[in-house]
Amino acid sequence: MFKHYFEQVHNVAIWPIISLSIFFLFFVGLIIYVMKIKRDHVHYMQDLPLADDNGQELSIHDELKNL
Amino acid sequence: MEIQQFKYDNKIVKYFIIATVIFGLVGMLVGLLIAMQLYMPELNLGLQYTSFGRLRPLHTNAVIFAFVGNAMFAGVYYSMQRLLKTRMFNDSLSWIHFWGWQLIIVAAVITLPLGLTTSKEYAELEWPIDIAITLIWVVFGINMIGTILKRRERHMYVAIWFYIATFVTVAVLHVVNSFEIPVTMFKSYSWYAGVQDALVQWWYGHNAVAFFLTTPFLGLMYYFLPKAANRPVYSYKLSIIHFWSLIFIYIWAGPHHLLYTSLPNWAQSLGVVFSIMLIAPSWGGMLNGLMTLRGAWDRVREDPVLKFMVVAVTAYGMATLEGPLLSIKSVNAIAHFTDWIVAHVHVGALGWNGFLIFGMLYWLIPRMWGTKLYSKKLANTHFWLGTLGIVVYALPLYVAGVTQSLMWKDFNAEGFLEYPNFLETVTQIIPMYMMRSIGGLLYLIGAFIMTYNLIKTAKQGAFMANESAEAPALEKKQIVGGHWHSKWERKPVFFTVLVLIAILIGGIVEMVPTFLIKSNVPTIASVQPYTPLELHGRDIYIREGCVGCHSQMVRPFRSETERYGGEYSKAGEFVYDHPFLWGSKRTGPDLHRIGGKYSHAWHYQHMLDPTITSPGSIMPPYPWLFLQSIDMNKTAGKISALRRVGVPYEQGYENTANDDLQKQAREITDGLSVDGISTSPDAEIVAIIAYLQRLGTDIKVDPTANK
Ligand code: HEC
Repeated sequence: MFKHYFEQVHNVAIWPIISLSIFFLFFVGLIIYVMKIKRDHVHYMQDLPLADDNGQELSIHDELKNL
Repeated sequence: MEIQQFKYDNKIVKYFIIATVIFGLVGMLVGLLIAMQLYMPELNLGLQYTSFGRLRPLHTNAVIFAFVGNAMFAGVYYSMQRLLKTRMFNDSLSWIHFWGWQLIIVAAVITLPLGLTTSKEYAELEWPIDIAITLIWVVFGINMIGTILKRRERHMYVAIWFYIATFVTVAVLHVVNSFEIPVTMFKSYSWYAGVQDALVQWWYGHNAVAFFLTTPFLGLMYYFLPKAANRPVYSYKLSIIHFWSLIFIYIWAGPHHLLYTSLPNWAQSLGVVFSIMLIAPSWGGMLNGLMTLRGAWDRVREDPVLKFMVVAVTAYGMATLEGPLLSIKSVNAIAHFTDWIVAHVHVGALGWNGFLIFGMLYWLIPRMWGTKLYSKKLANTHFWLGTLGIVVYALPLYVAGVTQSLMWKDFNAEGFLEYPNFLETVTQIIPMYMMRSIGGLLYLIGAFIMTYNLIKTAKQGAFMANESAEAPALEKKQIVGGHWHSKWERKPVFFTVLVLIAILIGGIVEMVPTFLIKSNVPTIASVQPYTPLELHGRDIYIREGCVGCHSQMVRPFRSETERYGGEYSKAGEFVYDHPFLWGSKRTGPDLHRIGGKYSHAWHYQHMLDPTITSPGSIMPPYPWLFLQSIDMNKTAGKISALRRVGVPYEQGYENTANDDLQKQAREITDGLSVDGISTSPDAEIVAIIAYLQRLGTDIKVDPTANK
């Protein structure tokens, strides 16, 4: 019933296709960029919450390498 | 490099924690009460303020906005200061935020039992409170963005992205869903009607789960889990993918709450596809959390904090696997409207939110009070009680949901419904209701034990209201280079705008075509606006929260059209429903086609005491409807307000509406007197009978109009 009326709006089918394409492009772009991130930066970001609360930096990565 | 001295504000965190614990206990207590009301209707206490329909929204609001909300703020205020190496932007804003939020909660605690509600799930609060929420949310946002701008750490850690997304999206959701036209100080009608109202509401409702219960807690997970485990997050790259794909996909999934309803099919399908895609980022996030503990599993066995967090993240994984599963149409056909959904949300609420909060509190309080946890043993007891509680809560409800659904759909050899009496399918699952309340009780006892443990911990330590810290000032110099995301992490405002775009795309693609319908759908000719008396009745239905137990949406299954009077629900039937009342749970039968099914006298007796007409019914009695009168002074205001949102009442009708109202009321009381019942025409019961008898009859009256 409802669908019948709705089909009178032009090209409804295009909406889901557009939305999936937007997502797909977005996702591919995201993956490509993430692969390009430098290792140093990754470690830097990962250590942020572990930095001592009164401001001392501390890296756990060297320690982890030995695990 | 200049080293700057500053102090973290722990006092605001402490206050949010206290509010978390208090409202957590209150919210769970109310939850336990309504769970028991389902098998002991006497626990409605014969009072309108404590009846199931009014307390259920109090429970959901208390748990979501008071318990989880305050915990979110506590965690955000604690972690953000440390991640950005600065005090919060402005202490006054912090306190306005805190007290404003508590006032809103108090307003909810007062208005919801009074029956002042919009009836839209998780957005029940009436318009003045909606405005207050908006203002306080903006205060929170300014305080957060301000803190980010004055930070001493150039890069924003993952947790902060999640906080930003939470702020931005909840703001958009709340504003769009709260469009309503005030009738009186505490009564409004939704701007949208029927299908559109449903779509907006579940776009909101679903994303409230996503951006109030999930994203802020993922932020907390990304901060507190590495902290507690003293391990960096497993994969920072994964966290980027997790973040962007989660916020991008989530916003599309709302229509999965409306499968097989009158929502256009393509919108339903879109909801399904994006819901299934959600598994990927959700599980990415879960694995990222669990893998953070690599090499530290021995500590998980020792440390209650980590135990709670591991179960929390696991529950997140289970709930986010189940969610997409539930949005597959064939599964949804079974699970929707049943207790399966109740089980599902409680795995999320008790497991994911609750346990992450408990873990966070056990970690925070000893630190902020500079001491050790008072009793690790009690914390472990809490952990086991809580875990057992979740299992004993959820399992019976899964059984109940599936059992009842199959009974609804069961046809006998002759082709008739095997259980035509709905109540039979209810009494069948009462033992499950009893078991789940035991699960809830165990969980609540655990929470009380925690409260004791935390108070003892605080007592043995000394609270540091302001914790000293130092960090180099952030140099103003322009940094060039770095990869793309690392640039964004340095540009909070730009980042915020990107988040906004990501969430708006989904919202717009979903909404725009559905709103075009308004001008394109010829409404079903026989569908007329409600009469003034029916309007009063509908408002009583809203006030009493009948929608918490009754749906008004007959889905296009033979088992439903058979049970509910022959015709499934059509979109065109709801065009004057401000707000829509489709409901999400069938504790009682669907009411969309109740009109004309019974006599006035049947309804009269049923509302007075449901067990008269339906022995063994668990529906609460509504004796006050027989004592209270409708306020005819409000009729004109209701009519005018509805006309403003598009209901075609003639100009000036508000002046004569009460004549029609009285005429219709007298017809009903005359009808009742035939059965020997005498009642005053302005009693509320007359209005609600008028409304119930009207429901779903537009189509029955003129079958040809329904092409
Ligand atoms: C705690 C859940 C609950 C609440 C709240 C509730 N009901 Fe019910 N209702 C039921 C159950 C269960 C039944 C089936 C047994 C019976 O007939 O009483 C039912 C049955 C009904 C029926 C009969 C339906 C039929 O087809 O036989 C009507 C009408 C009804 N309810 C109206 C209302 C109204 C109006 C309100 C709000 C004022 C309300 N109910 C609130 C649980 C509830």
